[in-house]
Amino acid sequence: MTDPIPTSVDQKPVATQRPPSGMSLHFNGVRHMIPVDARTTVLDALREHLQLTGTKKGCDHGQCGACTVHINGRRVLACLSLAVAHTDDDIRTIEGVTPSDGALHPVQEAFLACDALQCGFCTPGQIMSAIALLDEIKTEQGPAARLSSDEIRERMSGNICRCGAYPNIVAAVTRAMAGQDGAR
Amino acid sequence: MSERVFGAGLKPREDPALLRGERQYTADIALPGTVHMEFLRSEHGHATIRGIDVTEAQAMPGVLRIVTGADLEGHLMPLPCIWVPGGVESHFPPHPYGLPGAGTALATGRVRFIGEPVAAVVAETRAQAADAARAIRVDYEVLPAVITPEQALADGAPQLHDAVPGNLNARWTCGDADGTEAALAEAEVVVKLDLHNRRTINSPLEPRAAVGDYDPLTGEYTLYATTQSPHNHRFLLSALVLGIPFNKLRVVAPEIGGSFGTKGYLYPDMPLVLFLAKELGRPVKWQDSREGLMCSTVQGRDHRQYASIAGTRDGKITALKCTSYANLGAYPSTIGPGVATALMGRSITGTYDIEHAFCEVFATFTNTVPLGAQRGSGRAEATFLIERLVDRFAATIGMDPAEVRRRNMVRPEQQPFDNRMGWLYDSGDYGAALERALEMAGYADREAAKRAARARGKLLGVGISTFVAVCGVGPSPRIAKEGMLGGSWESANIRVHPTGEVTLTIGVTGTGQSHETTFAQIVAQEFGVAVDSVQVLHSDTTKAPYGQGTYGSRSYSVGGPAVQIAARQVTDKMRLAAAHMFGVDDSAVVFRDGSVLVEGDPEKTKTFQDMAMALWYGWDLPPGMEPAIDVTTTFDPADFNYPYGAHIAVVEVDEVTGDVELVRYIAVNDVGPVGNPLVVDGQIEGSIVHGVGQALMEVAQYDQTGALLTANLDRYAIPRAADVPFFELDRMETPTPHNPLGAKGAGEAATVPTAAAVTNAVCDALAEFGVQHIDMPLTAETVWRAMNAATTSRSEAQ
Ligand code: FES
Ligand code: FES
Repeated sequence: MTDPIPTSVDQKPVATQRPPSGMSLHFNGVRHMIPVDARTTVLDALREHLQLTGTKKGCDHGQCGACTVHINGRRVLACLSLAVAHTDDDIRTIEGVTPSDGALHPVQEAFLACDALQCGFCTPGQIMSAIALLDEIKTEQGPAARLSSDEIRERMSGNICRCGAYPNIVAAVTRAMAGQDGAR
Repeated sequence: MSERVFGAGLKPREDPALLRGERQYTADIALPGTVHMEFLRSEHGHATIRGIDVTEAQAMPGVLRIVTGADLEGHLMPLPCIWVPGGVESHFPPHPYGLPGAGTALATGRVRFIGEPVAAVVAETRAQAADAARAIRVDYEVLPAVITPEQALADGAPQLHDAVPGNLNARWTCGDADGTEAALAEAEVVVKLDLHNRRTINSPLEPRAAVGDYDPLTGEYTLYATTQSPHNHRFLLSALVLGIPFNKLRVVAPEIGGSFGTKGYLYPDMPLVLFLAKELGRPVKWQDSREGLMCSTVQGRDHRQYASIAGTRDGKITALKCTSYANLGAYPSTIGPGVATALMGRSITGTYDIEHAFCEVFATFTNTVPLGAQRGSGRAEATFLIERLVDRFAATIGMDPAEVRRRNMVRPEQQPFDNRMGWLYDSGDYGAALERALEMAGYADREAAKRAARARGKLLGVGISTFVAVCGVGPSPRIAKEGMLGGSWESANIRVHPTGEVTLTIGVTGTGQSHETTFAQIVAQEFGVAVDSVQVLHSDTTKAPYGQGTYGSRSYSVGGPAVQIAARQVTDKMRLAAAHMFGVDDSAVVFRDGSVLVEGDPEKTKTFQDMAMALWYGWDLPPGMEPAIDVTTTFDPADFNYPYGAHIAVVEVDEVTGDVELVRYIAVNDVGPVGNPLVVDGQIEGSIVHGVGQALMEVAQYDQTGALLTANLDRYAIPRAADVPFFELDRMETPTPHNPLGAKGAGEAATVPTAAAVTNAVCDALAEFGVQHIDMPLTAETVWRAMNAATTSRSEAQ
């Protein structure tokens, strides 16, 4: 007899769970009471419990960036974040940054203009990453800051695009950066 | 309408919703009452299953059903393999219908690769199903495993399948064996090269998923799945796996997050979610994990090749021979055996006119994940071989590799050109693509660039690879000859509504290629209507006309002509109806720019909308004409099509660390007339990134037990933004005569030469070290070792 093998979902055994109790989480400005247990990630809370499926699961192990969300304004991998650790935080997803009037966020606009997507599976993560990146450089270097293409490549390298849209993603982030201070 | 819609770089209409995260992928589907399936996968590369104990698992919270291979007997037939390489004796595990079988949905009696599903658990939640799967106890008797073809073919090797003596699926050959041997024996120069085109994993960003649903009132099943061939999978699953009527199964492909070949295959989860949905009376959903994908979705490449190229001292190539050991993995995948043989073997002469060529492939079973397509499949392996050989030949005779290519390339006046291996190339000027690429790269100034790099501690290398890639799979009789069980036509349906808007429904399914945009462009161009008025539907087998699937870069080059032909039938119908209404002979009426009109008689003109309405009412139609506009056509191409091009990679190798940086990439491609250059350039760039991945970082590694050591995205490196520069692209547009659009495959062609161009560049950079060849991936360590081995052996020789 051999040991049971890890199955495809890498989660802790059921024995360590607390009885499901539920918790209150703040998604896109709205509080939700969700019946999740302690091992539930922010990603599963979003996708499985709130049907906010814009955030994608590419690996569930922090290796692809598809699940990127903002927690208190910083980019975070939702698959590596336990929901229970973020009950007091402001969690924002692709649904939360997309204007509700059918328009696009300026970063989404830039991706559209530069054809920076193909299958679209990495795209919500790329957008969330790029928005946070632009905020990061504004905070670090002021509103007029500009990154070189190589710096953008480096700072966007947490987000895999298997369709290989990288040249256009770099162009889109550059465009969004240029438009940011109203200089467009 | 004045401006041309066809050929315009319109922004994909799919994009805004994708950017908002609003389009629904399979894993996003949540039908009411859904329960979740998880697999228990084999942990051994090769083992007998002595027993499976599900008692503990069955009692766990939320568990609804656990099935093993034994439970499926009499319910699910084995998955079929539908590409049996033609013209040779092949051995396959059987399927009851006399077809080759590609393995059962769940292992029966024996497991043959790590990752093979052994049991499926359905529970209320995914976590409960996963927990229960872990609690299943399997009693294995471990058997010795074989990992490489050489091991598999060795005397006394462990045997995988009773039906396959010696683990040899087929010895496949093509070309002129005797003539090639004679030419090699007589040649002034013979250069040999042994190489390993190692195994890769496509790893689309979206893992596979499937949702099964069953309606007891109608007896109809619905499968929502990550499939690039919904119609074909409907046929194979209903007739050959589930044994149910074709019209009791609906297959829907929702949005697909990349595929690159992998999602055209049948997988165990597809019949299982359907079978279990019926049993349990609830929708069953399965979502793969990244690790599951890496160890169960078809993998690519994996040829060990022993090759010789022969020629004259003044650069004429006279013969080419390749013996290849292909690793099919544990089972024949849906079309894997053909990929590894015909698709590779017939392509080895590349863009060159080589009088004597011969290829033999030993396709073998091993205890690894089944082999299938990887973007550019077969053709990329062949192109890597010939383009490396041409460089080695050039180095041996001391000639510029560009010049050797010039002297041997097929000339435009030789088209259509029989490559003597089974492909009849269609059209194009291969040499012109090369010259253009050389010019863009500044090839003539490369020595100066090398000196400048050297001053910075970098070894600069320039690598050329040309390519021609068989694409656009069809016509049907031709693929029958190749041993593929299936048709290869495509279809389109056009309905023109009374108000003049149009609905186009296509048989092909996209996996990220913006089909809804490019296909609408064809219709808008033909009708002279606004592209936004053309709705495009697809990928639901109950609504769409038949299609054979998106593979081999055939959506646009086979599906596109079907659309154009349907559109022309519509305009012709309008023309005939208008002639009747005008009271003139139909030869006097033309359809132009969205109107039917009689030349020189401005009174006699009607718009597209007028005619749509007239045909809707049907008040005044010519005798025999049916009212309404609802046209379905199919198109089976005259032959394959052959995109081609020339790529040049410029790399800098760090002389201390061996680290390779791709600094420039120049690509000239000819995929025929382009319907949407924005979309095509996206496909080309993505294809290049894919090839760069194989060249520099990607490899699936197994240990001797069959464990995949690279089963996640930390261990299996995929290019990231920092790994690729901006690309320098140019295009030529030579139509193929094989379809009315003249379109050639564009989705994978540019992957075909990339790995060779990058490897040629690295070998060029290291030429001064005496490095002749390095097997991919060209990681810093591999390159450093090659540099140092060459240096050491040279200093020892001195
Ligand atoms: S899903 Fe979170 S990083 Fe891949
Ligand atoms: S667009 Fe497909 S993975 Fe990025």
